[in-house]
Amino acid sequence: MTAISTSGLTKRFRGGQLAVDHIDLAVPHGSVYGFLGPNGSGKTTTIRMLLGLAYPTSGRATLLGVPMPDGATRVLHRVGSLVEGPAFYPFLTGADNLARYDAADRTADAATARARIADALDRVGLLAAAKKRYRHYSLGMKQRLAIAAGLLRPRELIILDEPTNGLDPQGTREVRALIRQIAADGTTVFVSSHLLAEVEQICTHVGVMRTGRLVFSGSLPELRRTGAARVTVQTADPEAAAKVLTALGLADALAAEADASAILGDASPEQVCAELVQAGIGVRGFAVASPSLEDLFVGLTGEGFDVSG
Amino acid sequence: MSAGRFYASELRLVMLRRRNLLLLAVAAVFPLIIGIALRLAAPRPQGGNGAGLAFFNQLAGNGVFLTFIALSTLLVLVLPVVVSVVAGDSVAGEAGYGTLRYLLAVPAGRTRLLAVKYGVIVTFALCATFIVSAVALAAGAVLFPVGPVTLLSGSTISLAAGLLRLLFVTLYVAAAMAALGAIGLAISTLTEHAIGAIAAVMILVVTSEVVDNVPQLAAVGPYLPTHWWLSFDSLLRVPVDTSTLLHGLLSFAVYAVLFGSFAWARFTSADVTS
Repeated sequence: MTAISTSGLTKRFRGGQLAVDHIDLAVPHGSVYGFLGPNGSGKTTTIRMLLGLAYPTSGRATLLGVPMPDGATRVLHRVGSLVEGPAFYPFLTGADNLARYDAADRTADAATARARIADALDRVGLLAAAKKRYRHYSLGMKQRLAIAAGLLRPRELIILDEPTNGLDPQGTREVRALIRQIAADGTTVFVSSHLLAEVEQICTHVGVMRTGRLVFSGSLPELRRTGAARVTVQTADPEAAAKVLTALGLADALAAEADASAILGDASPEQVCAELVQAGIGVRGFAVASPSLEDLFVGLTGEGFDVSG
Repeated sequence: MSAGRFYASELRLVMLRRRNLLLLAVAAVFPLIIGIALRLAAPRPQGGNGAGLAFFNQLAGNGVFLTFIALSTLLVLVLPVVVSVVAGDSVAGEAGYGTLRYLLAVPAGRTRLLAVKYGVIVTFALCATFIVSAVALAAGAVLFPVGPVTLLSGSTISLAAGLLRLLFVTLYVAAAMAALGAIGLAISTLTEHAIGAIAAVMILVVTSEVVDNVPQLAAVGPYLPTHWWLSFDSLLRVPVDTSTLLHGLLSFAVYAVLFGSFAWARFTSADVTS
């Protein structure tokens, strides 16, 4: 069963801008799914549609098998969420803020509210600040309180939209540890970020968004496999080396100043090296390298300021 | 049961908010000021055709009339402001804080959230109106003689019967304010700026009152949201002018249903972007 699935999910804003363009998501049960993409690529709009806050222009979405937004009141109590940063009543304490959200949940048991709130605060390390007004919380505490709100009840799915946004490295590490902990309990985690590095260590699966389209979706090993390994030969005669590589059937052979490279494909590196030597190329160095995840990510999303269109 | 818990939470949020307590306190102070001022000015009987003036003439003889004076004076601006602030803030305030998206993700349910919001607005309107009546009654009893109530139509009824009429008058005014609350709720669903929603409701009230006072526009008068507010003086006559009262209550009901439906239609279909 998939925890989240969408087909052809599309959102066109009133101004005509296509924010989310026919995306087909499949988030496996029990996975930690990194939902990646630059700011403005449609991640938050997608999450808003998943939670029934925004209505899709077309397409379908289901959460834990229940169609959204129609099933919102039937399924959302099984889903914890953090959408576009924390939001609480500044004049209430941390504990009172959680009590407020818990009271709004018709399926929550009032009798256990106090214990559940204390437990959620404890999990995010805010028990000591429970009686402090929210307006006096630091940014990191606010973020953690928002995660605590998602943990008020046992959840099958947690949706976290940029949970480390604005946090210092220490805060980021804390949140990451918290996500690991949540996932270890068997909860499916759907976490969005504009930085691959932030979620790379915790994710089992990733989806990559670019200008409203899902340009990749799959497990991390699958993402790695999309990167074609290149063979690079250091030599005094790159032109000749590139010719040999092409003759061997390797694609995209390029000659640079002091080396030649090509996509390795199915060829065996040993064979290629031997053929080069046989062809009389003076091989000074020989290497096979796969692009890093970061390179692949940048390749998918584009680089610089032109990304969000 | 769970709806009761959500309602209680909403009520606490509104009632314990310092700003709202201040509003209720201000509403409570006005009858005191009016009572003391009238006591010092020692009103003398004089002719008049308006309900307000008629009340003033009666006050010297009976402190109970301070409640009617207070209600009719505060209905012009103070009570509408108090109700507008809470109603205008209801949804827009949550949107402004961003708490609206979390309440809906809880899930509170859009229809249920709106129903709870309106329930608390009505409760608050009821509270504000009863506070004005209660303070005015107490101040009137202290500052003026109290006894059998001489109605506007000239006949006299017992004090107990007079207090019963006062209860109905207060409920009538509360109904008027509850209808205004529905208008405020509807406007509140249109924006995430609470202050804008509150201002819009106030502008609506003042515009309605101004238009209602232009003789050339008398034809539209009965359809204005504020037109029937002061008609509670119908309860202070024998026989009670039920036709006017029913017109008033009908007007309140129509406004409440109309704007309540609008709020519902808007709130259950709009994207929450805050």
